[in-house]
Amino acid sequence: MSKVRVLVGTRKGAFILESDGKRQKWDVSGPHFAGWELYHLKGSPADPNRLYASQSSGWFGQMIQRSSDGGKTWEPVDNKFVYDGVPGTHKWYDGTPHPWEFKRVWHLEPSLTDPETVYAGVEDAALFRTVDGGKSWQELPGMRGHGTGSGWQPGAGGLGLHTIILDPKNPQRIFIAISAAGAFRTDDAGVTWKAINQGLRSEYIPDPTAEVGHCVHHVAMHPSRPNTLFMQKHWDVLRSDNAGDLWKDVTGNLPDDDGKRGFGFVIDVHAHEPETIYVVPIKSDSQHFPHEGKLRVYRSKTGGNEWEPLTKGLPQQDCYVNVLRDAMAVDSLDSCGVYFGTTGGQVYASPDAGDSWAPIVRDLPAVLSVEVQTLA
Amino acid sequence: MITVVLPAHLRTIAGVSGDVQLDVPPPVTQRSILDALEARYPALQGTVRDHVTKQRRAFVRFFACQEDLSHESPDAPLPDAVASGTEPFLIVGAIAGG
Repeated sequence: MSKVRVLVGTRKGAFILESDGKRQKWDVSGPHFAGWELYHLKGSPADPNRLYASQSSGWFGQMIQRSSDGGKTWEPVDNKFVYDGVPGTHKWYDGTPHPWEFKRVWHLEPSLTDPETVYAGVEDAALFRTVDGGKSWQELPGMRGHGTGSGWQPGAGGLGLHTIILDPKNPQRIFIAISAAGAFRTDDAGVTWKAINQGLRSEYIPDPTAEVGHCVHHVAMHPSRPNTLFMQKHWDVLRSDNAGDLWKDVTGNLPDDDGKRGFGFVIDVHAHEPETIYVVPIKSDSQHFPHEGKLRVYRSKTGGNEWEPLTKGLPQQDCYVNVLRDAMAVDSLDSCGVYFGTTGGQVYASPDAGDSWAPIVRDLPAVLSVEVQTLA
Repeated sequence: MITVVLPAHLRTIAGVSGDVQLDVPPPVTQRSILDALEARYPALQGTVRDHVTKQRRAFVRFFACQEDLSHESPDAPLPDAVASGTEPFLIVGAIAGG
């Protein structure tokens, strides 16, 4: 019988939640790396027992941990992320040039085919890769060296490269996103990059349709349709059907927010229905909690524009948590499971594609990331 | 032998349960102790000082003989009591945050 393993990164450690295919009863292990921030954990699609974790601390910096037994044991691997060549500068909050400084790894994306190869998205924004299971990391400097790099400016949370999507049909193509620079694509395995922000409109930057400067919160793709991307931006939900060359707004009927719509952090796609997508609208841009104190996942079965609130099993009063950008994932069982974690420490699961929800755990530290593995 | 006291998180990373004993050739300085520490426990590289600049991480402090030596030169000789092993060299996670 199939099993599901949920990898949860929190402000104070990692947790691993496991269930059978019914997804009703869960075993919880952890905290792993107690006291450390776990920005992200992810398993290798090529070897589900090979896990990688980004462990960081304001005191002791960055660690990368690797497991070869599904998270039962871990070993530290190389934590040396050194920018290629002379790092140069990006733009600081006050507009002045600021040296590129490594702070932490936000996201780890294992190769689709090789357990030893992993991509790491870091703050200050850059893309690194290991091809030896984390024993050494090298920057793909073409990303940070994109001609617009000196003009990138951090969002409130930092200049983080937080989204990495590997194209399953084209190993030369990778999509990434940076707050607050925007989305980028390489078609030559990371040597050169193209900004793919045409169609985005951001009123909070001087030129709302600029090539870069957009605060992209997250991007998702269904593996069967790698040219179709879904984006949750600082405001607005968008889609592209040409690999990011042009985006169109599909915010549609998401909740009104003082005349605007569509703020949120997470976005994900149903495992079997490429036009079914999920977001969690958040009131903002400074409040960062659900509208009206009601935690609602919104689902569109039409690839955007037409959204329905999903509320069964979710708190519908006095709920003021946030759901951060990497804190939603889906499993690939026949009835697609959807999972998300909150800054209040709850991890909710829906075994029926969002129709109903229940907490797996509800008192963890603030959840930073959720990933799901569907195991044979 | 030099005695180094690590904070709990770094003991976990290093895989040790107590104080660390290091053979450090003279002159005994912050740099020579940290060089020896990182050589013995490579997983600690980058956790106490920057990989490249070798600067102490901002929220890490170095204490010995009831003194805060954090702002001393990394190449300044440490007190004789540390060099002789009668007093430990303490690596401390500063009180910061909640």
